[in-house]
Amino acid sequence: MEEFEPRVVAFLCNWCAYAGADLAGVSRLQYPPNIRAVRVMCSGPGDISVIAITWRVMFRPKRRSV
Amino acid sequence: MDRKAVYKPYAQAIPGAFAIEKIDTAPCRMACPANLNVQGYVAMVKMGKYREAVEIIMQDLPFPGILGRICPHRCEKSCRRLEVDEAISIRELKRVAADHVDLSDIPVPEITSRNEKVAIVGSGPAGLTAAYFLALDGYPVSVYESMPEPGGMMRYGIPEHRLPRTVLDGEIDNLKRYGIQIHTDTVIGRDITLEELRKHGASAIFLAIGAWKGLKLRIPGEETSQGVSDVTAFLREVHLGNLKKLEGKVVVIGGGHSALDAAQVALRIGASEAHILYRRSRKEMLAEPEEVEEAEKEGVKIHFLAAPVSISSKNEKVSGIECIRTRLTEKDTTGRRRPIPIEGSEFFIEADYVIPAIGQEPDLGNLAKAQDLKVSKWNLLEVNPETLQTNIPDIFAGGDVISGPATVIEAVEAGQRVAKYIAKYLKGEELPTEWQEEPPMGTNWVAPPKDEPTKDRLKTPTLPVEKRILGFEEVNLCADEESAKKEADRCLNCSGCCECYQCVTVCEAKAVTLDTHAQQEETTTINVGSVVLAPGFQPFDPSKYDNYNYAHHPNIITSTEFERILSATGPFMGHLTRISDKKEPKKIAWFQCVGSRDLNRCDNPYCSSVCCMYAVKEAVIAKEHADYDLDCAIFFMDMRTPGKDFEKYYNDAKDKHGVRFIRSRVHTIDRVPGTDDLEVRYVMESGEEKKEIFDMIVLSVGMEISQETIDLANDLGIDLTQGNFCETKDLQPFATSRDGIFVCGAFQGPKDIPESVMEASAAACSAGVNLAPARGSLVTEKAFPDETDITGEEPCIGIFVCNCGINIGGIADVPAIVEYAKGLPNVAYVEENLFTCSQDTQDKMAEVIKEQNLNRIVVAACTPRTHEPLFQETIRNAGLNEYLFDMANIRNQCTWVHSDDKENATEKSKDLVRMAVARASLLEPIPEISVDINPSVLIIGGGVAGMTTALGFAEQGFPAVIVEKSSVLGGAARDLTKTWQGQDIQEYLSDLVDKVEQHSNIEVLRNAEVVGASGFVGNFETQVAVGNQTKTVEHGVVMVAIGGKAADTDEYLFGKNPRVTRWHDLEHAPEKLKNAEIVVFIQCVGSRDENRPYCSRICCTASISQAISIKQSNPDTKVFILYRDIRTHGEKEYLYKKAREMGVVFVRYSPDNKPKVSEIENGLQVDVFDPILQKDLRIKADYVNLATAIEPAQNHKISEFYKIPLNTENFFMEAHAKLRPVDFATDGIFLCGLAHYPKAIEESISQAMAAVSRAVTILAKGTVQISPLVSQVDAEKCIGCGLCTEVCAFNAILLNEIEGTGYRAQNISASCKGCGLCAASCPQQAIDMLHFRDRQIVASVCAAV
Repeated sequence: MEEFEPRVVAFLCNWCAYAGADLAGVSRLQYPPNIRAVRVMCSGPGDISVIAITWRVMFRPKRRSV
Repeated sequence: MDRKAVYKPYAQAIPGAFAIEKIDTAPCRMACPANLNVQGYVAMVKMGKYREAVEIIMQDLPFPGILGRICPHRCEKSCRRLEVDEAISIRELKRVAADHVDLSDIPVPEITSRNEKVAIVGSGPAGLTAAYFLALDGYPVSVYESMPEPGGMMRYGIPEHRLPRTVLDGEIDNLKRYGIQIHTDTVIGRDITLEELRKHGASAIFLAIGAWKGLKLRIPGEETSQGVSDVTAFLREVHLGNLKKLEGKVVVIGGGHSALDAAQVALRIGASEAHILYRRSRKEMLAEPEEVEEAEKEGVKIHFLAAPVSISSKNEKVSGIECIRTRLTEKDTTGRRRPIPIEGSEFFIEADYVIPAIGQEPDLGNLAKAQDLKVSKWNLLEVNPETLQTNIPDIFAGGDVISGPATVIEAVEAGQRVAKYIAKYLKGEELPTEWQEEPPMGTNWVAPPKDEPTKDRLKTPTLPVEKRILGFEEVNLCADEESAKKEADRCLNCSGCCECYQCVTVCEAKAVTLDTHAQQEETTTINVGSVVLAPGFQPFDPSKYDNYNYAHHPNIITSTEFERILSATGPFMGHLTRISDKKEPKKIAWFQCVGSRDLNRCDNPYCSSVCCMYAVKEAVIAKEHADYDLDCAIFFMDMRTPGKDFEKYYNDAKDKHGVRFIRSRVHTIDRVPGTDDLEVRYVMESGEEKKEIFDMIVLSVGMEISQETIDLANDLGIDLTQGNFCETKDLQPFATSRDGIFVCGAFQGPKDIPESVMEASAAACSAGVNLAPARGSLVTEKAFPDETDITGEEPCIGIFVCNCGINIGGIADVPAIVEYAKGLPNVAYVEENLFTCSQDTQDKMAEVIKEQNLNRIVVAACTPRTHEPLFQETIRNAGLNEYLFDMANIRNQCTWVHSDDKENATEKSKDLVRMAVARASLLEPIPEISVDINPSVLIIGGGVAGMTTALGFAEQGFPAVIVEKSSVLGGAARDLTKTWQGQDIQEYLSDLVDKVEQHSNIEVLRNAEVVGASGFVGNFETQVAVGNQTKTVEHGVVMVAIGGKAADTDEYLFGKNPRVTRWHDLEHAPEKLKNAEIVVFIQCVGSRDENRPYCSRICCTASISQAISIKQSNPDTKVFILYRDIRTHGEKEYLYKKAREMGVVFVRYSPDNKPKVSEIENGLQVDVFDPILQKDLRIKADYVNLATAIEPAQNHKISEFYKIPLNTENFFMEAHAKLRPVDFATDGIFLCGLAHYPKAIEESISQAMAAVSRAVTILAKGTVQISPLVSQVDAEKCIGCGLCTEVCAFNAILLNEIEGTGYRAQNISASCKGCGLCAASCPQQAIDMLHFRDRQIVASVCAAV
């Protein structure tokens, strides 16, 4: 069986998490390359419809390996 | 410090740029006659960069391989490695570099040729070096050499076994590439004259003819015997090939290099014995001891302390030499020991050849006479020592011809020097007439590391002796690369930056150039109207506390060091670690007041204000970092947490986190023998002595003003306090003693971040008031072209992929990303840039947008958080709306974090570009929102804070309306008499009220109350009830200064017995105090309890001030202060000390055993437990005065009207406790005074000024640009449920009643922060966020997976 390779979509708040991800870069911290960040202006909304769509797209047949 | 010369000051430094540390020139370089950059090429050898090493050497001379072999290396004598062990083998390293490089690989730099020709006579090191530099400078150079081959003494003096001819030929041959012509076998005076050279166009002539005539011994037999030949003639004949074989014994006379050379050469061409006769001892030999030893190994016999007397001959042929022993005198005035013959010690050495090697002089022939050149009595040409110009202006001379025999490196120096001055001469510049003294050598060098281990000096291999004398094979062999690297690594890098300029070569952004590299400190004059001093403080250095052992034990550290240990960018990456053994500490203690509140061991009598709070914070964070049970104990005298919300943090530390607080000042820290642990003995308040062992101890060091700051203050002529802080007056807390100079931050007095930030704004305001007329006079406004209308156009995307030097391009495959991007939908143009953010790329980007009609731009580079505004400006310059732009963050969030996985970094970059393109296709132009500002202010509250802001605004030209609920101005200050420094508050207040009432820009509404408000920044409307009427005030900003008051209490018989008073009641009734024998103050009445878990901050100082006043007017009155912790923070501590000195009795009580006040006849009885005496005290008091809590005014209504938050104690909550202490999160509303938190009058004044400063940044603009990234309501879909207005924290979405349809939401763009909570809450999906519309986010997401 193919080894599970997670794919992560991250909704990063421009003011905190996105800045944190930038700082991780500045600090040259290394982490696995499976993450794809989407910048949003606030994580407050966490709009359910957007997240639902994200799940739907993620579980469609795999287009290519990450 | 262990860092390179190029370094980033610290990890989080802003700007994140690098600095280069340059200090004084290294001693090796200073010692080199030719000023060779030794540290530079040694560093290159260390890195194996031989070519770069040779390039560095060739900046100063053309003969790396020659000098790498035969230089007497003065540099090594001054090497600072000698302080550690032995000097670096600098010469060998030069040779290693030279032997690994083919000079023809080094490109000749671009040379701008000039017309003036230069003739050089003599092709020795002086002549050829001059030729090299003149050629580099563009002058056509011809060198004339009398001998058959060029090189001078390098060829005809130095034997081949020291300097192989391949090396010599190679380096001389290389000069031809620079256009230098060498004419050999050309004797000046015979083949060509100087006159003829001039006629052929030589505009300057350099005479470098050396010193080729050997000096005579002047002893009998010298002239008459065959077989006597001076050393230059001897060596010359050998090198010319005329003398190939020698039979018999040779005696050489002299002690220099040439004597050794002659003896060694003689052995090599067959002499059976070679003797050297030297009149001094081994120590005085000019050659290096190892060179002498090597010669002896080859069989040279050296007779020290022997001088020749006469040469004997047989048949006119030398048969031997008569010698005499000598002894040396003591050092004479020249520092030399003279040899004196010892009578009767004559001896004889048989010899077939005698070679005097005692000195040389120039062979001038009739050259000097023909040209009228001046000659010294030593038969040397006379020149200007600085310029080497002779008495004939176009003739220069240098090298041995002016100095007598010297070394190659000295000749090189002459060549450098003459090249410089000949060039100046040819350009018609005036030449100096005398010697130019160099500035003295500085000794500010990098200190050798303390624990630098000794390392052996490089041993270079040599040819075995038996092989040597068979011929002229080179004796010294080249060191291997590894040994050379090891040797170079011994260099201590004395001067910091070695000026190798490798950074200039690699800096693709051209940020480091030779010019920027040479930047120096400079002094500039700036004309200003005001000065703000914010020089800060330095942490106290506890090394002098020997009983705390800080300097000698690694596990005793300062609080600032502990902060670094806790920091994720710190030495242990944020893991709690103790220094000695890198173990996790199980028990940590903090000692408070180290360098504060202490006159015994240091001179800092003040309280540093911040240490209690930071120690509590460090303890709590340490516990959070430890995933085990960490014990934290804080040893303190008084716990001082009087800041906003600090007391709650202190309580949580105690109750929730289990930090132990021990009221004791520890005297000594002892090592626990045999471990790294620390033993602490301390005495509890009860007198009980305890012992405890800790793994680590943190000293909570106080603040101190540095000597530099004190010097600055003295230079500026401003006064300092006894604690060396800047002297200010309470009622003008930011003004120094000198007009126009303002102060803020810890230099004004010990303080924390929020106070410093606030004071900074206050100082800015004070500075600004003076300069109001000049506001904006140095500002130029930027104009942009009109925006292109892209309505109806299909997306046409341009992508710019940045290499960011090697930051991106070094990891991800940028060309592959570019290729990939070209295939994405709607993409019309893709290009790759070295630096997309550089100015030339920006210009080009604007052009490309126009040429290609692009209507969306994607930049794949770094982070939009730093660079989006730059690119947005660029596309605006090209006529595009700034929101038609997106970035793919392929650096910070890709190549930097996946640098070890290049393949996936490339793939991820492609994905990020694809996501950005997907979103960009859906981006829309969004118009700017700009709102006109009503340049006026509504101030709620007419106390000192409110009035101070009113004046601040009015004096800068902005009208202000004060809403005061009572009939008089003044607020809480009306109750106060003096500041803690003793200034009269009532006088100040009446003056302030007068100014406010008389100012034409200020309107005061008395008996007035705010009853409603609407609007947003720049355009508020507030309803004010004045008497029976309601008035609407339109204004641009709101100042909330509604104050606070002393709370009532029912404790301690207050309100029941007239002898129990509070706050200033007693002060206002001096007649009561007159006959009082005993007065008791009780602190913390209603503060720091369950109902009000905060410290009222000002009560300790207020009660102590009153106690002092009582004692001053009647020293016999007994005064008791019953307290929990005395919190006279900052320099208010002096009052506490003074009160104790005056006999005020301080008794601490604990909240679980409060004092009891009861009525007795003619007075009150106070019972309190004294923890130091461990006894109950009973005090018969005439009066008991209570320091009741300071509580906020009725803040709820204002909070609701303007939607500004309150904390749990009903004080207003600022936007950010530390960084935005006077702003609200809602734009245009500001806060000051007691409404924020209890504070002293000087703090209210500061805060008021700070609030004015912040508000003026809005008012002064006239209009306000508002981020248009706001919510957008689709009125068709809206059902008016109002959920959105509920969730909006900013009052930015309202329900409007629309006739016939009911309620509909409406967004207020000016107030909207763009968070999108409303959009998420909307059940109808009627709200969308501009620029972050659901469909735009979904497009990214779909493209991501």
